[in-house]
Amino acid sequence: MSSISLDDVKKLGDLSALKVTDEEAVVLQKELEQILNYVAQLSEVDTEGVVPTYDVHYLHSVMRDDTVIDYGVSQDDLLKNAPARRGAQVEVPKVLDV
Amino acid sequence: MTITEVRDRIRSGNSTARAEVEAAIERAEKAVSYNALLSITKDRALVRADAIDIRLRSGEDIGELAGVPFIAKDNMLVFGTPTTAASKILENFEAPFQAECIERLEAAGAICIGKANLDAFAHGGSTENSAFGVTKNPVDATRVAGGSSGGSAASVALGIVPFALGSDTGGSIREPASFCGVVGFKPTYGTVSRYGVVAMASSTDVIGPITSTVDDAMLVTKIMAGKDEKDVTTLPENTMLRPAKAVKTYGIVKEWLEGVDSEVKIATEKAIEAIRAQGHEVREVSLPTLHYALAVYYVVVPAEVASNLARYDGIRYGQRVEAASLSDLYTDTRHAGFMPENKRRILIGNYVLSSGYYDAYYKQAAKVRTRIIEEFEKAFEQCDVLIGAVSPVPAFTIGERTDDPLQMYLADVMTVPASLAGLPAISVPITPTRAGLPIGLQIVGRRMADVDVLMAARDIEGVS
Repeated sequence: MSSISLDDVKKLGDLSALKVTDEEAVVLQKELEQILNYVAQLSEVDTEGVVPTYDVHYLHSVMRDDTVIDYGVSQDDLLKNAPARRGAQVEVPKVLDV
Repeated sequence: MTITEVRDRIRSGNSTARAEVEAAIERAEKAVSYNALLSITKDRALVRADAIDIRLRSGEDIGELAGVPFIAKDNMLVFGTPTTAASKILENFEAPFQAECIERLEAAGAICIGKANLDAFAHGGSTENSAFGVTKNPVDATRVAGGSSGGSAASVALGIVPFALGSDTGGSIREPASFCGVVGFKPTYGTVSRYGVVAMASSTDVIGPITSTVDDAMLVTKIMAGKDEKDVTTLPENTMLRPAKAVKTYGIVKEWLEGVDSEVKIATEKAIEAIRAQGHEVREVSLPTLHYALAVYYVVVPAEVASNLARYDGIRYGQRVEAASLSDLYTDTRHAGFMPENKRRILIGNYVLSSGYYDAYYKQAAKVRTRIIEEFEKAFEQCDVLIGAVSPVPAFTIGERTDDPLQMYLADVMTVPASLAGLPAISVPITPTRAGLPIGLQIVGRRMADVDVLMAARDIEGVS
């Protein structure tokens, strides 16, 4: 049985860049534990010597010529969804405290 | 309503693209209480319809879908429409480019009239995880339409449009199609480009049609299919152009009849009898590792979800919650923008990927996935297609499962295996329950044998 503490839930939130309130953590602790206990049955399967599948086509790095392709998307179209912009730049809060 | 009916009305001059688009929008507005649609794009649709009418009048051959209106799931980028993925974080997102599947349908003359509701980011099987409310089942409005492509399936079942697009990561086309009594087809992984579609789990995400007939599903898939340089996972060959092979041997998957609702079982057995009566060979097969498919799915998919949803951080696009520091901006934005189910999957995904758990969960799941693929390959040595139920139950009532995420996941138990193996799979309506709730039969085929699956579905369509 996997057991997850409230601290674990908060730590997972940090790893996921996701705020988890104290209230949410209580519910999530129970739910995540239930889900993880369900998927824990995978350990019953004998996978000795089995190659993992991450992709059904078994593709490896697909390469193409290193040339610019015009997808017909303008800089302005891409920037119109930015929550805050200044000219052709996306505006963000200060990163470094100097 | 079928695509060919609409198309032929327009071609013969008995109708126009404008008249068809106007009628479809009117039907959508009348059916607003079902909450199948998140947006209607009347202006753009009418401009396109008028342009098509002018070209048709001048005798131009536009394409196989000239003037036919359709609805896209709201995780697909379409010009002139918001693309929300039914989430708060993308509530005001406007498509800066178009999804390749939409481009191909529009090149064939089809006209997108609006966007369908879904579970936020396609996480769910009931559309109850939509940030904009649940889609109601057209047959019984107290029940869910299924999900995640619930709005797409309901739109076709309501007769708003002859076809809608869905995406299927673990059953999200097939399950709502079965709940609403329409056809839902998930092609082989890599058949249709996902360029311009909001990514959920990149190793199983597939685009496919929801229609009222199998022929229509074949037509729409054929137009969308084929290599796209913008999606490196698309197959080099357009397998929809392969000639159909006779489907002789049907394998009844024992595990896809176990533990299902009695009425689902009766309907499925009746369909099997009909297949037998058509002179096909029917044999029972067992794939014991399918027992673990759901556990594999709920490790692999959250892992991929956690990675794919990392991009929603409030910086370049989407909703932003302003905060004093950059890290608070990220965590507050994601907290406000995601639904509870999105959060569960992100957290589970990062758990199974974190050091110390990676081997036991993620890598082990990837190995069991290989075992499942091998079992399918063995079954296809004896059978041309495999059949069983789509969902263990018909459409459940709204709210019935929302308090228990695991119970909700269990509805996916028979659809996730084909997703993990990348196989083509369809849900085709069979005999409904006594109360009239639709039930679907699932037909799964060999990788790239999409045409065979569709031919088998056509054989059973309307028979059982």
